[in-house]
Amino acid sequence: MQTASQSRLVWSLLSLAALLLLWEISSLLAASRLFPGPLVVLDTMLAEFQSGALAHHVGATLARVVVSFTVAMLIGSVIGLALGRSANADRFFDSWLIFFLNLPALVIIILCYVWFGLTETAAIIAVAVNKIPNVAVTVREGARALSRDLAEMAHMYRFGWWRTLRHVTLPQMAPFFAASARSGLALVWKIVLVVELLGRSNGVGHQLHVAFQLFDVPMIIAYAVAFIIVVQLVEIGLLQPLEARAGRWRR
Amino acid sequence: MSGCVRIIIDGKSWPAMAGRPRQPVLGEIDLTIERGSFVVLTGPSGCGKSTLLNIVAGLDQDYSGKVSFDPPDPAMTYVFQSPRLLPWRTVFQNVALALPEGDPRVSEIPELLARVGLADAADVYPERLSLGMQRRAALARGFIGKPDVLLMDEPFVSLDDPTARGLRQLLTDLWRRRPTTVLFVTHDRGEAVMLGTRILRLDGTPATVASDTSVALAPAGRTNADAVLEEQRRIFGTT
Repeated sequence: MQTASQSRLVWSLLSLAALLLLWEISSLLAASRLFPGPLVVLDTMLAEFQSGALAHHVGATLARVVVSFTVAMLIGSVIGLALGRSANADRFFDSWLIFFLNLPALVIIILCYVWFGLTETAAIIAVAVNKIPNVAVTVREGARALSRDLAEMAHMYRFGWWRTLRHVTLPQMAPFFAASARSGLALVWKIVLVVELLGRSNGVGHQLHVAFQLFDVPMIIAYAVAFIIVVQLVEIGLLQPLEARAGRWRR
Repeated sequence: MSGCVRIIIDGKSWPAMAGRPRQPVLGEIDLTIERGSFVVLTGPSGCGKSTLLNIVAGLDQDYSGKVSFDPPDPAMTYVFQSPRLLPWRTVFQNVALALPEGDPRVSEIPELLARVGLADAADVYPERLSLGMQRRAALARGFIGKPDVLLMDEPFVSLDDPTARGLRQLLTDLWRRRPTTVLFVTHDRGEAVMLGTRILRLDGTPATVASDTSVALAPAGRTNADAVLEEQRRIFGTT
């Protein structure tokens, strides 16, 4: 087991190194200001890090991701549970869900900024509204699959609503929450950048916007790489341990 | 000892589904079950024994009739045909959840688990146990709250003989110590005679009470194989 994960790590490092090498060689061949190699990007990243700009903008983006992700998960889960439990509500709201699922993210963002102004609240709402239908759809599947046997058991043993929720309903929903959190986080990251690009004065999206206007390609790639690193840290440091913990009862 | 469970059913049927017409399950049933009696329900498979149990449990409300308890709202537990344990909670937690929050009887769980032969499995998740062990955990959950009414749907099926015998003994002990009204579904005629004070046989479509017999066996006779066999013959006829 240990050696298997170790060899996987070695392979990942090797393949990353190969990618970096390929990148460096092609940038040398291109010899263009618009296609910098990894060393130039690393320099830019370090400069941004030392000036504190990197932490400031990545922090702002991270904060927006956390808030809008939490809001979307909460509201989406409540809607999904309600739709999964009530066939009538599901029949009625299904077309609403399809409408919002297919509404382009950009349209929601623009409308939010037009209606609520270029504010932080508008930005958060725009991201959350984009994400809520996806959460609702996944959680609805989970709510439909809830075991009737266990619900009857909880009723017989007088669990009450709180203990039923905590010990019977939520554990059954856990895989569905995890799935929507996974796909949700990936989506929220990307939409937050667009929201920042269109109407915020900080965050990774805003920096990308500035760098785009200056054609500062090393800056664009530096922030993109910093962003990827943060996303991966959240994935490995937070999501994967949580999932392992939720599934430890499995045979 | 006063009190009883009164079961009056005018009829129960499954609604028409997928081209199948409405299916009657239970016909007219009128039963008074004395408090503290041990009633065994027998009858052919699929005749409606479990349905009757679900109606008494209040899980099935879709019937015409009335089930009432005297005194009302008794502490009632149900040992289902399948264990129905929470797979994400340990055996101990599953049993503890049958008690109200903060109930001191949590301290009695280890002893009860030892009696059902699960002393070493308290902290194990159910999916890691054999079906027989899961059944025993479900029994412990049914017993821990000391119910006034205990519903059991073939709880000892698929257990090996010595285990089943031990658990029957445990059930009998519990029942003797406290005035518990037991409704017990089984196909095993020997088991019916060993445990029950009254044996009801359901039969027919829709099912009604085909026979209602008191078991005339003293506690001592119930562990005597010959006496059990003789009583079994008396109640069920020649096997």
